[in-house]
Amino acid sequence: MTIRFNDETFRDDYTFFNSPEAIARFPFPFDRDDYMYSVNMEPHKTGPEGTPFNVRFDVDEHYVSEMRDREITLTEDPLRCQSLPHMELAGWDLLELIMRSKAEDYPELFELHCDGDRWHWINRPLGIDQRFTFGDATTLPYGPMEYITRQAQGDFAVLDQREDNLWMDAGMVTSQADWSLDFDIGMNFFEWHAPVPKAHEMGIFQRALKFLMQINQDNPARRLNWTMTVNPRLDTSPENYHKWGPEKRTITSENVGQKQYLRVELQTFWRLPRSNALAFPIRCYLINLEDLVSVPKWGRRLHRVLRDLPDELADYKGFAVNRPVIVDYLSQHDDGAATSAGIYPTADDAPRTPA
Amino acid sequence: MSARLLRVTEVAPLTPLVTRFRFEDPDGAPLPLFSGGAHVVVEMPDEGVLRRNAYSLISAPDDGSGYEIAVRREDTGRGGSRYMHSQVTPGTLMTVTSPVNLFSLDLRARKHVLIAGGIGITPFLSQLRQLARMQAPFELHYAARSRAEAAGLAFLPSAPNIHLHISDEGNRMDLGAILTGQPLGTHVYTCGPEGLITSVEQAAARLNWPKAALHSEAFLSPPPGKPFDVTLARSGRTLTVGPNQSLLEALEAAEIDIPWSCRGGACGQCETAVTACHGRIDHNDHWLSDDDRAAQQKIMPCVSRFQGQHLAIDR
Repeated sequence: MTIRFNDETFRDDYTFFNSPEAIARFPFPFDRDDYMYSVNMEPHKTGPEGTPFNVRFDVDEHYVSEMRDREITLTEDPLRCQSLPHMELAGWDLLELIMRSKAEDYPELFELHCDGDRWHWINRPLGIDQRFTFGDATTLPYGPMEYITRQAQGDFAVLDQREDNLWMDAGMVTSQADWSLDFDIGMNFFEWHAPVPKAHEMGIFQRALKFLMQINQDNPARRLNWTMTVNPRLDTSPENYHKWGPEKRTITSENVGQKQYLRVELQTFWRLPRSNALAFPIRCYLINLEDLVSVPKWGRRLHRVLRDLPDELADYKGFAVNRPVIVDYLSQHDDGAATSAGIYPTADDAPRTPA
Repeated sequence: MSARLLRVTEVAPLTPLVTRFRFEDPDGAPLPLFSGGAHVVVEMPDEGVLRRNAYSLISAPDDGSGYEIAVRREDTGRGGSRYMHSQVTPGTLMTVTSPVNLFSLDLRARKHVLIAGGIGITPFLSQLRQLARMQAPFELHYAARSRAEAAGLAFLPSAPNIHLHISDEGNRMDLGAILTGQPLGTHVYTCGPEGLITSVEQAAARLNWPKAALHSEAFLSPPPGKPFDVTLARSGRTLTVGPNQSLLEALEAAEIDIPWSCRGGACGQCETAVTACHGRIDHNDHWLSDDDRAAQQKIMPCVSRFQGQHLAIDR
């Protein structure tokens, strides 16, 4: 597999784009025509060939530019990456997991050679050739978690497991849907989820915590989450709300197709062997409505989901102000035809009825 | 639970009652690493009964070349340890799950105090190796009746922070002394008989230790007991749980799908709703709250039993 890496930006002039291949493999988050919270976990093992569901850590055409964007964010705000002192072992666990996975899943892009604790890592897309001693942080330019997550797309939370709870004790968070690692650092599972409406009353978090604490090494799990973002911006953080919040007011019925993005998080969960911590990568995928409706099934379904979504969820996800314009745009791409089950289109999905 | 077929490569007595077993991948593939205090579950096809017993790993957590466990023969137990001692020899292939840790070190601790009673030394043997590798301050207190019965001795270096308390030699463990004067930020871990765990908790409470600094793992295997019947509410079937069988094993023998992990009443995976109970559930687990136990509306099939007229569960 060869990947052509896009040269693109996620801020200022926003030159981000999805190729036709990226659109076809997009992890559309709805497997039915409505949405409510659920503990929608499934094993992170396999999925359709070529999709983000079929590899452990997906590398796609945005890799190089996303890593450049992360570097800009970290330079402006180093607190986006934090690791409490007891989390260094988990950092090495995460480094090993990502290096081994990438070297096995993308051998033409990454290589890992291990001779006891002496490791040699080659990252061709980013031009990195690093020899280091596994377990000795002084042999890397950053701590182990920061080192490897500067080379891996998506955010990473690393959770310590103790006292029958999970604790947000380390992370690399630069492409987040409006939450702050610096605010959440050291919080437990219920504390950092406190702002989410409805789900507490539904018992979602009790069940989710029980599930997550049982994840073992052989059984990584995954779920999808989603929100809506104006412009293809990775760093929609509370710290920078003053930069991206006002952009929500720039949506018009003329530009909504290009400027309004569906933001999908592919969240995966991994038991780390040496530390017994839980790694929680949150990988962000962006697609604008214009590209999304090029898949007729997705245009129909997203229209129905957003039209029928309870108001408090639209508020929480931060797009209530633009919901009428979005739903109006999408309604033009929903001919009322039935949609097939599951995420990706099948032969059962009708082509779009010509207008 | 995912599991792999491993070959027993070493069977070596540690004491007259305790034997060490080493497992390796038949093709020499590396096994998943683990954290100190982790256990595996070993499957034993014992005369028509499929037993699954959990054993702490005693080998080094960062050594994937093999897994080692130490098994104490319990002549009054249900038969799992007798099977290990009498049927398993080098070359035997056995199904072993991936490591799971319900007794991990709190890596925030400024110091770790490990208190072992008898065969309860086993989870500490892997923790000691992790602590040494991390260069973390610790002390170990190991209580045993006699040197001959102290299976952990072979693995313990002679060092000033490793303390043996051999009761035959009149050197009993003084928990008050151990827990007094430890630096702030110390965490205490206890593994052994219930009585030892309770004594540590009481001594710590007297000395105003924070509860979150206390960790324990009881060595819990399903106790044998009188046979009892259980009705499965979903199918209406009735099963008989034998004297040396756990309810979980009876469900598995009847091919009822039920999740499990520790099989020792600690992890909560097999928790099952009770739909009718005329009698008394013997709650042998560490999972349910006191209120849950009193209500008799939940049962942990891995270790708990029943006495009385009628028990029905939601399976």
